[in-house]
Amino acid sequence: MRRRLLLLLPLLGFLVLGGFLYRGLSMDPSYRDSAMVARDFPAFDLATLADPERRVDASLLEGEVTLVNVWGEWCPTCKQEMPQLLELAERGVRLVGVDYKDTRAKGRDFLEEFGDPFEINIFDPEGSLGFDLGVYGAPETFLVDAEGVIRYHHTGYIAPEDVSRVIMPEVEKWRE
Amino acid sequence: MARVSVWLLILLAALSLPALAAVEVRQFDDPVLEQRYRDLTATLRCPKCENQSIGDSDSPIAGDMRERVYQQLQQGRSDKEILDFMVDRFGDYVLYNPRLEGRTFLLWGLPAALVVLGIVLVILLVRARRHVAARGLSETERARLDSLVNRQGAHHDTVYHDPAHHDPVHHERNE
Repeated sequence: MRRRLLLLLPLLGFLVLGGFLYRGLSMDPSYRDSAMVARDFPAFDLATLADPERRVDASLLEGEVTLVNVWGEWCPTCKQEMPQLLELAERGVRLVGVDYKDTRAKGRDFLEEFGDPFEINIFDPEGSLGFDLGVYGAPETFLVDAEGVIRYHHTGYIAPEDVSRVIMPEVEKWRE
Repeated sequence: MARVSVWLLILLAALSLPALAAVEVRQFDDPVLEQRYRDLTATLRCPKCENQSIGDSDSPIAGDMRERVYQQLQQGRSDKEILDFMVDRFGDYVLYNPRLEGRTFLLWGLPAALVVLGIVLVILLVRARRHVAARGLSETERARLDSLVNRQGAHHDTVYHDPAHHDPVHHERNE
């Protein structure tokens, strides 16, 4: 009888392997954990997009829950995302933009054309702040709590349904 | 014909130049540093492109990462410091060679455990077989073996030990 059960062992192994592979089929290969969540927003010292003379640092993000959106004029998805950001601003969320690997003129034109939901835009032409944030494309969005700690990292497009379903609940959660 | 092929080859080589140009050429005074640069850019995975190292990828982020690796090597940082710097920002994802730690224990341990299991199984099977071979035959097995051997032996006798009918040499001499 024990010998008979042993014969089932290969089948068992196959089922385990099959289960793994089946799960792999429905996994998103581009998904990855963010290394930034629960960490302080990285230190930076950069000029604003509007005023090259005005410099800002990470203290800009303290005191209130803030959504930091990394965008660029060269990024088509950022244009599609803009209505959602405008809606979030309308709902009372504080937004700060990071104009990533862009030129001043193009960045300003972009905001003029597609709207400007940002309280302030940090100008990051070299992508140095982006690099410290682990940004590898745009758009990317970070939720920073009132203490300046990153609480949520959204990689890629914020779809219209994400506003109420994902972003607003996160904002409310960290406001408390 | 040969001339045409040569020109075709030159044309193909020229066409492939832009692809090569995407990854910049760097100058190193120290060959050791150059080797470390090659190793690091081969072991760091491009966060954007999933299946390329930053040394192979022409995506902008891979270029930025190569630049940082280069700068930090020039500053005299160790490989570990550079890898830590990248993992700090982009997560474990960028390591083609995952580190051995609590979370990756299964990843590293499972293959080794399977190999050990396999070896143990082989040893057990070989021992079991040896045991069977060494065991003496039972009464009935012995009797059956004897009868088989005897029948074979009797048959052989008729074939080879009956010179009168089956040995041609002997037969001739008789004539």
